[in-house]
Amino acid sequence: MKEEQSFSDICGGRLALQRRYYSPSCREFCLSCPRLSLRSLTAVTCTVWLAAYGLFILCENSMILSAAIFITLLGLLGYLHFVKIDQETLLIIDSLGIQMTSSYASGKESTTFIEMSKVKDIVINEAIYMSSKPRLDCLIEVYRSCQEILAHQKATSASP
Amino acid sequence: MVLKAFFPTCCASADSGLLVGRWVPEQSSAVVLAVVHFPFIPIQVKELLAQVQQASRVGTAVLGTWCHCQQEPEESLGHFLEGLGAVFPHEPWLQLCRERGSKFWSCKATHRQVPATTGAASEDQVMLIFYDQRKVLLSQLHPPTAPPDHQAGDATASTGDLAAVFDTVARSELLFRSDRFDEAPVRLSHWQSEGVEASILVELAKRASGPVCLLLACLLSLVSAASACRLFKLWPLSFLGSKLSTCEQLRHRLEYLTLIFSTQKAKDPTELMRKANMLISVLLDVALGLALLSWLHGKNRIGQLADALVPVADHVAKELQQLLQWLMGAPAGLKMNRALDQVLGRFFLYHIHLWISYIHLMSPFIEHILWHLGLSACLGLTVALSILSDIIALLTFHIYCFYVYGARLYCLKVYGLSSLWRLFRGKKWNVLRQRVDSCSYDLDQLFIGTLLFTILVFLLPTTALYYLVFTLLRLLVVAVQGLIHLLVDLVNSLPLYSLGLRLCRPYRLAAGVKFRVLEHQAGRPLRLLMEINPLPYSRVVNTYRLPSCGCHPKHSWGSLCRKLFFGELIYPWRQKEDKQD
Repeated sequence: MKEEQSFSDICGGRLALQRRYYSPSCREFCLSCPRLSLRSLTAVTCTVWLAAYGLFILCENSMILSAAIFITLLGLLGYLHFVKIDQETLLIIDSLGIQMTSSYASGKESTTFIEMSKVKDIVINEAIYMSSKPRLDCLIEVYRSCQEILAHQKATSASP
Repeated sequence: MVLKAFFPTCCASADSGLLVGRWVPEQSSAVVLAVVHFPFIPIQVKELLAQVQQASRVGTAVLGTWCHCQQEPEESLGHFLEGLGAVFPHEPWLQLCRERGSKFWSCKATHRQVPATTGAASEDQVMLIFYDQRKVLLSQLHPPTAPPDHQAGDATASTGDLAAVFDTVARSELLFRSDRFDEAPVRLSHWQSEGVEASILVELAKRASGPVCLLLACLLSLVSAASACRLFKLWPLSFLGSKLSTCEQLRHRLEYLTLIFSTQKAKDPTELMRKANMLISVLLDVALGLALLSWLHGKNRIGQLADALVPVADHVAKELQQLLQWLMGAPAGLKMNRALDQVLGRFFLYHIHLWISYIHLMSPFIEHILWHLGLSACLGLTVALSILSDIIALLTFHIYCFYVYGARLYCLKVYGLSSLWRLFRGKKWNVLRQRVDSCSYDLDQLFIGTLLFTILVFLLPTTALYYLVFTLLRLLVVAVQGLIHLLVDLVNSLPLYSLGLRLCRPYRLAAGVKFRVLEHQAGRPLRLLMEINPLPYSRVVNTYRLPSCGCHPKHSWGSLCRKLFFGELIYPWRQKEDKQD
């Protein structure tokens, strides 16, 4: 069962929250961030290259231009690989644990898995933890669903 | 609670049979290790399981049945499979079923002996978790969980669900030893059933390593005995040995080699990794050293270096002389005390003159010395770099002497000034109580004190300037030596084997696991795929970093500045706790 909702993050960008219910004991929340806009990319590249050209006119050294191209490429690759988050996923599996995955624009995925025995409770911390920085209303939705699962798990583990 | 069944991916296409594995009651999870195929004799299966249980101390048992057939199982097969439950009593009894070519499975777990109020056998929900048996067997969880020789069963189960799974698979190696080409009474399906993995090179290396290690260990013990003999404890040699970083590095390398070639087997995987890291580090060092050696000895570079050395030393000495002439004049427009200036300047100039004569005396032998020292690069790049650092220290010995003279003079002056300042205020330093006490002085004491104070104050700028100049020079030399030591440290302590393993076989070093939900159909059990989450590179370096020489600066910036201000001598790279100021 899939559901999609639209929220906004602290900077005003649009975030999409997708909820998937696989079974009463397994749920997945997927938060997608706005993509890299062509406008901002062009603006940054133009600024860097104009600055490099200005330096070149001052110094008459062509190494500056090649260095600027190099820096732009490396900077873009680094930004895509380490900073720009494409999607964040929270997967809760009853009696196994909680898994948080961040996938970056370059395809890199970094995953953390916390076993259920180590989880006492889920809280909304004051400092925003998720790198895509959602607003409170989005966090409340996720929080409510997580608490439902935890309560369900506590009920079933208490019974047998 | 939902029952979790860990199923190996290699058995997903195996024929029907019995499921064999371990049941962990605390987490309600069943770890399936292998599938026993029809036909079998129950007695033999039970014998095999008892053998495995004894060898691995893991509670292996028959967990249930596995059915992989063309279409939905017929009635008779269904009854037969259920009847097996009576032959191999296990609670709960797992029944997994899959149609050929279909992605979806059906699972049932029945409890027979539950005191059921309903009167019927109760069923549990089952969650299927697929895992790659080979990767889980070979991988190592970080941080490591319970030690390997713990009692199986309860102890490991309490540490964590996943640690229990890894532990179970790792310990059941005996079960995986037979493949389908063996004439065993029981036919099993597991990750090695298509043929046991082995490599000829690895086996040969294992056979050869015994005698080779023994031989090298004997040689190394001879070398260590020779180096520990009494001759080296006598004063000049022991003094040199503690000062030169080359000796330190050689000792370090000898330690590494002794550890690598020791005849004891590694006790746990961490020690094995450490040995492998050390071996690769030594090999890389020697390889880089040999490359440097071939570069140095080609095209007579040693000769060129030796020819350039004496002019460079001359040039440095001339620059120092010019600097002193500048200080003896009016440096930066400051007016120095003429007499003290001349005394200090001439004193240092004489030293430089002595130094130059010494270098010229040595110049015919320099090429030979350099050639022989260059040969030592075959011991490793780190040794060559340490020798370079020592040569720099020896060549700039005069700067070190000047720094010591300037610092001592300045230190004396500062202490004198502070003590006389206290005299001005009628106070005195109480050595017994380590505090400042008031004291009444005589008139003549006060008079002489004031005179001395004035003299010291007016001579302060001259001494301070000399101290400043020579401290800066000394710090420059120390910075260069520090860079070389940093490089040596890097080569010594980088765990290359672990980094290579993380690059090529990331599943070997596991930080944890990650789950992926596979295609799901309503009404069918949930299927997850468990993959290994590899350790990030920074954690690999931190966990497996080799112990280095320990030549890190022990001062913080604040204490360094304080020492410089008061004129205390600084020894940033040495570990001598016994040397007195």
